[in-house]
Amino acid sequence: MISIGSAVLRVPLQTAEATSVGSPVLNISIFGAFVAITLVIVLRASRNNKTAADYYAAGRSFTGGQNGTAIAGDYLSAASFLGIVGAIAINGYDGFLYSIGFLVAWLVALLLVAELLRNTGKFTMADVLSFRLKQRPVRIAAAITTLAVCFFYLLAQMAGAGGLVSLLLGINDRLGQSLVITVVGVLMIVYVLIGGMKGTTWVQIIKACLLIVGAFVMTIWVLVLHDFNLSTLLGAAIETSGNAAITSPGLQYGVSGTTRLDFLSLALALVLGTAALPHVLMRFYTVPTAKEARRSVVWAIWLIGAFYLFTLVLGYGASALIGADRIKAAPGGVNSAAPLLAYELGGSVLLGLISAVAFATILAVVAGLTITAAASFAHDIYASVIRKGKVDPDGEVKVARRTVVVIGLLSIAGGIGAQGQNVAFLVALAFAVAASANLPTILYSLFWKKFNTQGAVWSMYGGLGSAILLIALSPVVSGGEKSMITGADFSVFPLSNPGIVSIPLAFFLGWLGTVLSRTAEDPMKQAEMEVRSLTGVGAEKATDH
Amino acid sequence: MGSHPVEPVAGSGAAVDFTEVQQTEQFRELRKRHRSFVFPMAVFFLLWYFAYVLLADYAHDFMATPVFGNINIGIILGLLQFVTTFVITMWYVSYANRRLDPIAAELRHELEEAAPEVFIDPAGGTK
Repeated sequence: MISIGSAVLRVPLQTAEATSVGSPVLNISIFGAFVAITLVIVLRASRNNKTAADYYAAGRSFTGGQNGTAIAGDYLSAASFLGIVGAIAINGYDGFLYSIGFLVAWLVALLLVAELLRNTGKFTMADVLSFRLKQRPVRIAAAITTLAVCFFYLLAQMAGAGGLVSLLLGINDRLGQSLVITVVGVLMIVYVLIGGMKGTTWVQIIKACLLIVGAFVMTIWVLVLHDFNLSTLLGAAIETSGNAAITSPGLQYGVSGTTRLDFLSLALALVLGTAALPHVLMRFYTVPTAKEARRSVVWAIWLIGAFYLFTLVLGYGASALIGADRIKAAPGGVNSAAPLLAYELGGSVLLGLISAVAFATILAVVAGLTITAAASFAHDIYASVIRKGKVDPDGEVKVARRTVVVIGLLSIAGGIGAQGQNVAFLVALAFAVAASANLPTILYSLFWKKFNTQGAVWSMYGGLGSAILLIALSPVVSGGEKSMITGADFSVFPLSNPGIVSIPLAFFLGWLGTVLSRTAEDPMKQAEMEVRSLTGVGAEKATDH
Repeated sequence: MGSHPVEPVAGSGAAVDFTEVQQTEQFRELRKRHRSFVFPMAVFFLLWYFAYVLLADYAHDFMATPVFGNINIGIILGLLQFVTTFVITMWYVSYANRRLDPIAAELRHELEEAAPEVFIDPAGGTK
């Protein structure tokens, strides 16, 4: 990922000479208004948060359209927005390739996962995975992989929040950035604590609308300046950059055989990771039926697809109107392309709006991750494993709320500690871990009759362990110029993304564990899961009246 | 809500013989219809996606071939990935509405009528 992903997913790090563009006061006030409005909505939405289903799954009362918008809100993180626009602006076509991987991945969710998962589960991914296998080992493994994915994703977002301020608010010193991370963390705790899944979902919906409308307005603006002609826009981008290669692939990762293989590995992790991200999976439980889960994904695909088409125009627009050199020289480097473009087009007001949207994005994504992690801990580990199911839902929600505070504090501490770290590494790890540790078991348990507990446990721990081990031994951690650890070199594994090894390995281990196991699973449970998953009989319904 | 907070769904199998349901003509038809659509489609879009990724990764000159103006094959193939994603999405929705939902709903209602104590909570919600 260092060579490929760092430019795309890394959020700006502090630079000593950083100066901000536009007016920090305006940026802060617009963000403040967003926080005030969403807090009111969260408070109103939280009034009937009574049961566990209310807290974790918003009473399963959202429509497909609302949930699809929230999924888009969850998925389009600051990395998507700032990172992809910047990558296209600097590296042209290679940035575009990311958005394609991120979008196509949704077909896996639509065709193979969303509806069946909605029909068989209740609150968490582990509900589905442990349905017909042995509860304890499978639930523990699924909860561990969920927490691992959420934690890496959280760290990346929190560290990114610190970097974003240097660019947008002109706060450059470490103390100021730590303060901002703390503010983001505390706000997020408040949202999730009060609003539960319902409040969190509303924050996602508002943020998704702001982000997509903001990107749409800028896109139209750029197109107006280029006669609504993509060819003219590309021509202008080529002219400013003086490099015709920006409209074709290879500028960034066509450098060597290793970088090419690395990109292949990343492409695999992206397309298979999305449908296994626990905070995305959990969103399918917030709708009343499988049909609404399907509608959610359809909405998400349209919104996310449209958004990525906007980023194509915005990226080349930034390349044409601002130029790669000015973007690279700006504080925040590659990630400043979108804010600089906003400033170029609409002055400090548009910049303020876009900056506030970028903050809102981090806040909303962090909230979504936190509630997923808290649900997984309270529902899978505390209620099912520690108390062996002997706990009332109120007690479970109480634990979930406490977990939210703990996770919030941990991610504030982690975010402050991770300042200046390579954020791309954390996001890549989250996708690779999700694809390796979760997806094989999800697919096997939904579609393979003979799949059993040993296969699930081998696949989940094998996928998780190999992904993390390979990243630890990769040039991302040591041995390279931009590594996390400088001064030591134990990078035995040449690729920065482990997907191409760890994902097939996890599928293989799931198969091997299953065929080597001598204990067969209960065929009744398999039949029940299959009938339920396809018909929706007995599925959890809406609890809101 | 059911009385078991954690695994109400998995605990209700005793009253209904799901293996029997699984063997019925109707259910096998539903499963066949579902799999005969989603599996080939998943294989197709993954092959098409990886073909595109490999071209972008290893066939730079081909992707840079101009088609009209500054638009080259790479841009067109990239935009086609968006198009196929949207088309497969709409195709699946229409297929599911016509061929999957009616039969799934029928089975669901039959099961709920046959064993209401398992699936329908007297309090109004579901177990």
